[in-house]
Amino acid sequence: MMRVLRTIFLFDLIEGLWVTFRYQRPKHIYTEQYPAQRPKVAERYRGAPRLNNNPETGETLCIACNLCALACPETLIVVGSERNEQTRRKELTTFTYDISRCMFCGLCEDACPVDALELTQDFEMAAYSREGAIWDRQMLEEGPRPTRYKF
Amino acid sequence: MPDSTFLDASELVLNMGPQHPSTHGVLRVILKLDGEKVIGTECVIGYLHRGVEKIAENRTYVQFAPYVDRMDYVAAVSNGLGYCLAVEKLLGVEAPPRAQVVRVILTELNRVASHLIWLGTHALDIGAITPLFYTMREREETLNIFEKYCGARLTNHAFRIGGLQYETYDGFEREVRACCDLLLPRIDEYEELLTGNRIWIGRLKNVGILNAEDCKAYGVTGPMLRAAGVKWDIRKAQPYSGYERYEFEIPTGVNGDTYDRYMVRMLEMRQSVRIIRQAVDGMPAGPIMGKVPKVIRPPVGEVYVSIEAPKGELGYYVVSDNSTQPYRVRVRPPSFVNLQSLDKMARGSLVADVVAIIGTIDIVLGEVDR
Repeated sequence: MMRVLRTIFLFDLIEGLWVTFRYQRPKHIYTEQYPAQRPKVAERYRGAPRLNNNPETGETLCIACNLCALACPETLIVVGSERNEQTRRKELTTFTYDISRCMFCGLCEDACPVDALELTQDFEMAAYSREGAIWDRQMLEEGPRPTRYKF
Repeated sequence: MPDSTFLDASELVLNMGPQHPSTHGVLRVILKLDGEKVIGTECVIGYLHRGVEKIAENRTYVQFAPYVDRMDYVAAVSNGLGYCLAVEKLLGVEAPPRAQVVRVILTELNRVASHLIWLGTHALDIGAITPLFYTMREREETLNIFEKYCGARLTNHAFRIGGLQYETYDGFEREVRACCDLLLPRIDEYEELLTGNRIWIGRLKNVGILNAEDCKAYGVTGPMLRAAGVKWDIRKAQPYSGYERYEFEIPTGVNGDTYDRYMVRMLEMRQSVRIIRQAVDGMPAGPIMGKVPKVIRPPVGEVYVSIEAPKGELGYYVVSDNSTQPYRVRVRPPSFVNLQSLDKMARGSLVADVVAIIGTIDIVLGEVDR
């Protein structure tokens, strides 16, 4: 009897609709209004790479050891270095990083012995051309500059 | 495919896919129809083939780990676990206890996330749009934990050979507990939306029946096998990563139809939450990385390690020739094997049921094609 009544009065459908109506209140809104509302990414987020400088002297921390290039599965890092005849040490000249092939696995940042190469929280890396996705040393040190829209 | 049709009526060959929203990717199914009835299907796969197994031969063991995440991308953590376990077995090392517990927590969270994606898209295929929004919302909670733990949301690369790269963050245990507390009532809500719904029952009951014998003949594993009534779960049968320490049940179905598979997966999510809770309660302190040499160079040999991925048995067969690169890596993807049963299930059903049957197999084309 109960079952017949439940069937006639569409109880199963109303039960489901009740769940839907419970979430109609504005406090249940989950949508993020990007780009007006920017997502907060986690501290360990693996985003755009950055080549860190020493904050005091402004010199690069990179010692041109080439370990990141060896660790990279896609071999997309090219490190250029030159031997300084006075100090007898290798110095970094160029550093290119191909964002378009990067899969942000973080192996390069794990390999870096001096914390020079780091994957940062920047996640907007769009470029207008394929060449624009190949970052040089200057770009890596300054970081991406995505357009900030005003609302 | 059978050639004769009913009363010699001209049969219709219909291409479903590769760009069809209900094939969950780039799967092409050639349907042979007699009116509304399916008299044969043929799957054309390979549209997403990237040659992952070949890539492995040109990468070192460590370098190949991010690639396995890209096979079953909705359960990337499980893929990584399987690969790490295989190489660890080859090396003869074991992850420390703390690493094993964190691995279990993350893989079980990933299992829930994978089942949530499956539930949402499966319901969407059948016409229930609402659950998709809710399952995506809850999946977000698990993805936030992944993001905070390892820095990536989808293709995590969370585990390393020999243990873990990252220590858990502050508040990890609290957030995992909060996620578990959130998930259980939300799973009840999905059941309120679907389980008793007459349209849902009408579309799923007695559709795509695959009994236990057929499951075994096709090599079908995972929730599909359990829905046919076979109590087979690799976490119980061949425990890995400390699964023998946790109490959980293997949910099974009776008929092996689409509705049973739905129920099995819903129960499995609850069991996963149960495992996560036990794991978080008993998290030991200690190191997270085992004794692994800097340059991984396993001795000559071959291993096969299989784990219970959300979709079934995920196996890695790794051959080493004592160099830094694997000689061969062969993957046994659950989606690929389970997809073979599509023809058996779809034959004799209606066109609309084919969508439900593809959805219930829970395929990810990245894993089918590799």
